[in-house]
Amino acid sequence: MIINTLLLSRIQFGFTIGFHILFPTLNIGMAMFLSIMEGVWLKTRDPVYKAICRFWTTVFALTFGVGVVSGIVLSYELGTNFGLFTNAVGGVLGSLFAYEVLSAFFLEAGFLGVMLFGWDKVSPKLHYCATLLVMIGTTISAFWIMSANSWMQTPAGYALVAGKYIVTNWWEVVFNPSFIPRYLHMILASYVTTCFVIAGIAAWYLLKQRHVDFARRCFSFAIGAAIVVTVLQLFIGDAVGLEVNKNQPLKTAAMEGIWNTGKALPFLVFAIPDPEQEKNLYEIKIPYMASLINTHHFDGELIGLKSVSPNDRPIVVTVFFAFRIMVGLGILFFLTALCGLWLRLRGQLYNHNWFYRLCLLISPLGFISSLAGWITAESGRQPWVIYNLMRTADGASIVALHQVVISLILFFLAYGVVFIFYLIYLFRLINEGPTEATIDTAMQPPPFTYLGKN
Amino acid sequence: MLLILVWAIVISFAIFMYVLLDGFDLGIGILFPWIKSHQERDIMISTILPVWDGNETWLVFGGASLYAAFPLAYSTLLPALYLPLILMLVALIFRGIAFEFRFRVKNKSRIWDISFAAGSITAAFSQGLIVGTFVQGFGHSLPVNASAYSWFTPFSVMTGIAVIIGYALLGSSWLIIQTVGELQERMYRIAKRSLIALTVMLIIVSLWTPFIEPSIMTRWFSLPNIFYLAPLPVLSGATLIYNFYSLNKRNVQNERLPFLLTTLLFIFSYLGFCISDWPYIIPHAVTLWDAASPPSSLKFTIVGVIILLPFLLGYTFYSYHVFRGKVTQTHEY
Repeated sequence: MIINTLLLSRIQFGFTIGFHILFPTLNIGMAMFLSIMEGVWLKTRDPVYKAICRFWTTVFALTFGVGVVSGIVLSYELGTNFGLFTNAVGGVLGSLFAYEVLSAFFLEAGFLGVMLFGWDKVSPKLHYCATLLVMIGTTISAFWIMSANSWMQTPAGYALVAGKYIVTNWWEVVFNPSFIPRYLHMILASYVTTCFVIAGIAAWYLLKQRHVDFARRCFSFAIGAAIVVTVLQLFIGDAVGLEVNKNQPLKTAAMEGIWNTGKALPFLVFAIPDPEQEKNLYEIKIPYMASLINTHHFDGELIGLKSVSPNDRPIVVTVFFAFRIMVGLGILFFLTALCGLWLRLRGQLYNHNWFYRLCLLISPLGFISSLAGWITAESGRQPWVIYNLMRTADGASIVALHQVVISLILFFLAYGVVFIFYLIYLFRLINEGPTEATIDTAMQPPPFTYLGKN
Repeated sequence: MLLILVWAIVISFAIFMYVLLDGFDLGIGILFPWIKSHQERDIMISTILPVWDGNETWLVFGGASLYAAFPLAYSTLLPALYLPLILMLVALIFRGIAFEFRFRVKNKSRIWDISFAAGSITAAFSQGLIVGTFVQGFGHSLPVNASAYSWFTPFSVMTGIAVIIGYALLGSSWLIIQTVGELQERMYRIAKRSLIALTVMLIIVSLWTPFIEPSIMTRWFSLPNIFYLAPLPVLSGATLIYNFYSLNKRNVQNERLPFLLTTLLFIFSYLGFCISDWPYIIPHAVTLWDAASPPSSLKFTIVGVIILLPFLLGYTFYSYHVFRGKVTQTHEY
């Protein structure tokens, strides 16, 4: 492997975007959760729901701060490190980013202030509007960014003129073939992650017998919502699988470890793909399942990696294992939610410490699963930056190697510090829990007060 | 043609909004070293707590619009400004996280105050380096040598310092509106000193710029341009003097005046910058017309701008309206 600007730029972009993804993943779900809880509070005026809103809003705010600063980096890093790529696709992707900022970022930022600090400055209904608008903003933001990313996977609606991509049909660009299933997949991944974060933290309170009333309602809602979103995710995940095989068969080949094109292929529970020998070692397989999953037919045909030359293949090991981690964790989430449903139906949701411990244990795994899914999608697209059209190697900026070394070190240091302190403060918030003050608004002073306002 | 011009105006507007709004945010961080009390720092930061994130969104909008409307400029300028941009982004990270993190520390630890101040100063300086580099340009034709350190010259270092001072002035005049008593008193004094320093910097920059690039000299000093453009420096001078007067007089009825005059000063300086640079988007090398996206993209995106920009300006204003008024004390968050 040669250390060059391209490699370091890719490491840097992968690192910074992988770091960034964690925060919106939590907050897309958290914004939805807060919208629902605040709605329930407005309807019932039950102070526990108010406490739920206040407490999770602090978690949301902390997460949002890190999400914002790590997101700004990306909007410039595309240009600094992938100038040739951005020059070619500016007419297509630049517009989608502009729409993302106009329709989503400003909306989120504009109403975040009211949502976080406006509890006693605007009426409860107006505050609820602000919360809803922030939630809508996070969801629209994911819409545009997933559309842009999906266009890189399945480009459509363009013409290639003198090395530049020119849009011929905007509808086809935005709603490119892979967009809808991938967007829903991402949103649901976010909901699943958030459900288990909330359930895990609530389970911890319940294990410690702290804030019991508060924690039970959070736990009940999160475990209840988890069964809905994990089941939906099984269906959407399946739809994404079909879509990938249809539009990017080589990605499917890497995900499933298929070297030779064939029919009625088995699903590999475990294997070590060996790109040198172009075969898998130590296979454990379930017959017919790969064909069934990816084509919905037992004898469905799947394209093999050997159908293209080695330098047109993704790095199989990465895609293969990332895919298994994502799916494995997804199934674990589904089974846990199912277990919760079963306990609830028997009236024993709050009777078992082992279930609390299980929920606590898996609460951070949604992030691992989301990251693994993202690695599957992006590594599986390689060596292309625009699938089958432009190679990643042809997209990098021409900057001096040492400059990228400097930036890479700076980002490692900065994000390392940010991540450590984010976790410290997150755990501190969780440890403090919903304080008495947050239950009764009148006792909770705002972070600052004003003079001379009538 | 018209569409390209409209886009150039939209991007110029976005960049100006960023400079103005994040300018006073960053200015507050720049002033931190001069304000030692924890309580006063709390008040200062509280005046921007609900709005900073929206202010910084203009930076993302500027970047995204440049990418959408002038991809050639986006993909040429950003690598050419690689290190100052990365420095700015990393500084903005340390500045941005301080907003949330400093309310979480126990026993009044100052670590995030330092992070906030250092981040703000570094970000402002990097932006100044970028402005200076923009005036200098990268030569008169493509390709731009992205590995050169053309952004690091005496001129760009000076514009870097000028931007720090300018933001300090914006920040202190913002705090004049937002605070009372002793803190406001100090802000008046700091604003006055910043204004003096900025005046010196503006004079140096204005005199130096024409010698950096012959075309800028021609732009300003050839006939008949000199007559058309002369009002700009005259108006800037008048605004400077009026601002001194307003800071000296401290009209309680009109505490917004210094901030408005400083804004006006930024508008004039920005216009001067645009006039010097016109019609280039990659300075002195590529014009707006040569770097623009295909018409299909310009049209598609301008629809969004026309529909959404009034709305977002509306709710941005609403947010400022909700959190208007003087901040007098802070509590644990």
